[in-house]
Amino acid sequence: MSLSISLTVNGAARAVTLDDPRVTLLDLLRERLDLTGTKKGCDRGQCGACTVLLDGRRINACLTLALACDDADVVTIEGLADGDVLHPVQAAFLAHDALQCGFCTPGQIMSAVGLVAEGQAGDDPERVREGMSGNLCRCGAYDGITAAVLDAQRRIAEQGKARAA
Amino acid sequence: MNSFEYVRPATIAEAVAAGAAPGAAFLAGGTNLLDLLKGDLMRPTRLVDVTRLAELGRIERLPGGGVRIGALVRNADLAHDQPFASDFPAVAEALLSGASAQVRNAATVGGNLLQRTRCVWFYDVASACNRRAPGTGCDARGGEGRGDAVLGWSEACIATHPSDFCVPLVALDAVVEIAGPAGRREVPLDLFHRLPGDAPERDSVLAPGELVVAVRLPPEAAAFAAHARYLKLRERTSFAFAVVSAAAALRMEAGGIVAARIALGGVAAKPWRARAAEDVLAGARPDGTVFRRAAEAALADARPSGPDATRIELARRIVARALALAAAGTPARVPALPASPFAPIPGAAAHV
Repeated sequence: MSLSISLTVNGAARAVTLDDPRVTLLDLLRERLDLTGTKKGCDRGQCGACTVLLDGRRINACLTLALACDDADVVTIEGLADGDVLHPVQAAFLAHDALQCGFCTPGQIMSAVGLVAEGQAGDDPERVREGMSGNLCRCGAYDGITAAVLDAQRRIAEQGKARAA
Repeated sequence: MNSFEYVRPATIAEAVAAGAAPGAAFLAGGTNLLDLLKGDLMRPTRLVDVTRLAELGRIERLPGGGVRIGALVRNADLAHDQPFASDFPAVAEALLSGASAQVRNAATVGGNLLQRTRCVWFYDVASACNRRAPGTGCDARGGEGRGDAVLGWSEACIATHPSDFCVPLVALDAVVEIAGPAGRREVPLDLFHRLPGDAPERDSVLAPGELVVAVRLPPEAAAFAAHARYLKLRERTSFAFAVVSAAAALRMEAGGIVAARIALGGVAAKPWRARAAEDVLAGARPDGTVFRRAAEAALADARPSGPDATRIELARRIVARALALAAAGTPARVPALPASPFAPIPGAAAHV
């Protein structure tokens, strides 16, 4: 089988021919498409630094084979902001000081975007913490992260209401 | 990671044919397989990507109340399917207690059944492991004993099956539908995983090329919906495998137990159905004494593989406590911390 795939990354169609079947989605993004915002932490699905949206759902890019992403829609941290206007989750992370060194932050933010879209956590901090347990932060910024996710979720809901009105 | 040929069949028949070749492995969500490939723990020469087999992605209600879950249904989609979670709440709770949200979005029903053990010696290629490399021995023997089996183990292997999902499934008499080179067949989940014996390298009864296509729950399983829980002891509250776990489901009438279903996780190379414990409970009044008797029956055959028997008593307590939680009634919604022992037991002391 050919090692050529087509996928959409941050809204742009990309055609890629891989030189090796072993390439993960994470390595495709970082090493072939120069999208280095997505981080490689553990590379084994345990830390969440590589979290991206695949067909709208948050997943670990390190545990996803690039070849299996043929025809997929991928959104990375680089695809969130609208020009200079930050995505509400990005803005909330700044407002709540939800990071220290920042290495886990792209994964945290993509995971939070996925969590809000899933709509299972509501305004319960415990459900947010549980829902974010796939993202480790070695600086221990968890309090700020939880506050940012709750705040961003509120803002996104308000935006949705404003648009509907 | 060794290299491999990648194929993407369009039909089940093509997948079975491609998967029957020596060295072939099926790829679905990949959450376990990619990890195993990176660790050089499995070295397939061909990956058969089955994710485009759309017919395996459905949740179907069966006439009479059962459900047929396609092998490619993602863990998160099943857990959040409202009709499914209402009828089989312990299964939903078990799913949501496993891994992380990212993994649950990718991991599939079939892959969950077929995930390999998380025994640390299996994962360390420098260690002897009969399951990973037959005939090399078992360095887990004489080790720390934290994750070792206490039921059904052999001299060759003391690894456990790590699934949460399979525990309530086996309690509720789930059946595995399989497609293979010789056609279709069905195997009760209780007979799907193999105990190690002297061939621990074979996790399940699947033959080469055989593909799990669905898991079915019978109509009777939904009769336990009002009193069904999963309880999982972990070394941290979230995103950890079970030290020991239990699914408990009761059918109750007029305050008495009519029928019980109990299974344990993290104690054997398969999800462990505890029928002797179920017999203790049938016809009994629910109280702490009978729950403890049931728990003792569930672990009656348990023996430690080393000097530390702590996990046998932990398993008894988790069974008794899961029964107390089930008797108190299924909560309207899966708790914020699914299957967590840190949640209070309604109307009971914290320590059972």
